[in-house]
Amino acid sequence: MTVDTLISALYVFALAAFLGYQVISRVPPLLHTPLMSATNAISGISLVGSIVTAGANYNKVSTILGFIAVVCSTTNVVGGFVITDRMLKMFKRKDVAKKE
Amino acid sequence: MSHPETAKRGMHLAEFGMLMAIIGTLLHHHIVTYTWIIAGLSIGSLVGLAMGLWVPMTAMPQRTALSHAFGAFAAALVGISEYFRHAGHLGKIEMSALGFEVMLGSLTTTGSLLAFAKLQGLVRGTPMTYKGQNIFNMALLATTVVIFIYLIFVPGSMPLFFAMAGLAFVFGLLLVMPIGSADMPVVMSLLNSYAGLASAATGFVLSNNVLIIAGTLDGFSGFILSILMCRAMNRSITNVLFGAFGSAATAAAGADQHGTMREVGLEDIATQLAYANKVVFVPGYGLATAQAQHAVRELADVLEKRGVTVKYGIHPVAGRMPGHMNVLLAEANVPYSSLYELEQINPEFPTTDVAVVIGANDVVNPDARDNPTSPIAGMPILEVDKSKSVVVLKRGQGKGFSGLENPLFFKPVTGMLYGDAKDTLTRLVQAVQHA
Repeated sequence: MTVDTLISALYVFALAAFLGYQVISRVPPLLHTPLMSATNAISGISLVGSIVTAGANYNKVSTILGFIAVVCSTTNVVGGFVITDRMLKMFKRKDVAKKE
Repeated sequence: MSHPETAKRGMHLAEFGMLMAIIGTLLHHHIVTYTWIIAGLSIGSLVGLAMGLWVPMTAMPQRTALSHAFGAFAAALVGISEYFRHAGHLGKIEMSALGFEVMLGSLTTTGSLLAFAKLQGLVRGTPMTYKGQNIFNMALLATTVVIFIYLIFVPGSMPLFFAMAGLAFVFGLLLVMPIGSADMPVVMSLLNSYAGLASAATGFVLSNNVLIIAGTLDGFSGFILSILMCRAMNRSITNVLFGAFGSAATAAAGADQHGTMREVGLEDIATQLAYANKVVFVPGYGLATAQAQHAVRELADVLEKRGVTVKYGIHPVAGRMPGHMNVLLAEANVPYSSLYELEQINPEFPTTDVAVVIGANDVVNPDARDNPTSPIAGMPILEVDKSKSVVVLKRGQGKGFSGLENPLFFKPVTGMLYGDAKDTLTRLVQAVQHA
């Protein structure tokens, strides 16, 4: 990685950090638990890196490690989204709750 | 995610985006063999789906801890694999990012696994401390960092690399060992943050912007949550990580409580509740362990039918992770408009006829407010002792998870209702209906 790439990567990091702060600080405590499971799911984006590692056939060790990483990341992504969905479905307002 | 209504839409967008990212990667020119990928994706999806659908809401903290472990493990593995691939021919910048990724990923994996074990009750929830622990931990961390810096300049030393990874794995365990169950919310948020940062480091190594952005978002989210939790407990983060809450309690809480705890009868309480104007429920971790969330909602329903105003006071660190109580009550169909945060509900206690404390202890302990020598001094609490009457639902006379005496239990305004919360609440429902 050249210094140029590093600088642009740091730039992306800084932007993401700023964005992250703005978005996350607006989440009410009510939604903190779904927030944690959602961010877990999103961090499963490391699946992207794992897929390349597992599929590029670099060497046996990398493929095995990549395979395990794919399993872990996919579990996080799928599980994370399913759980967050489940939790969000539960949050009902008073009038909606009464109708049920 | 700023409002329950819009959150669902936001999540669908996120899911779609994730799918696009994955499909895009699958078409990447580096990919040669698909067999392992398909196998991995299938297994992962099955496990993820199973976990997502079948884990009960009360096990949410454990599941979240496991999730952190998985995410961090994946990041660490990719890092190790990348190191292997380049077999030591790594530039300084790449090696730094890789080192970060592996260190952070490793310690978060083991740390989260231990957090899972503690939450699940496989390991003691009380802090595990020993003399010189902090010094040992620091020394271990310093050693790991020194190896890391050495590796940046001499990336070829494979045994050293594995030593660093191994040490990081161990450090994760040691870091979480002294954390007591009550401090779990902060540690969970921190681990969430680390797992995200490990992913971001992966992005730096693979020069992948998507990874950097997603990882940073996750990292910051966890970090902000951690700060919020610490503020809610009025303890600095260093205090939480290195303060070994349990041991501090035995030393400082000298003031032994004199006086008696007043036990009350179920019928009396039922009458009080039935004829009250305003009732506030204060749930704690005990509500989760007793699985009493449905029972409390039934009681609330019965009271509301009689025209009583019912509110819930949710302390930010009630439970074992941020938002724990909210999710628990939502599962019981409690509308979120009845859930109130600390700043909103505290002014209402003086006009509350009955405050019902269910399995909560530290969050309503007046020592935090009145006793400057208490380990929890300064922590904002739900001021139930300002209500006209307080009922505490507790299994017995024990001191609870944190081991602190609670003067609230000895105040004249408080009545103790012993028994299993679910059982007590169910009987209260019947009693109120007949009142």
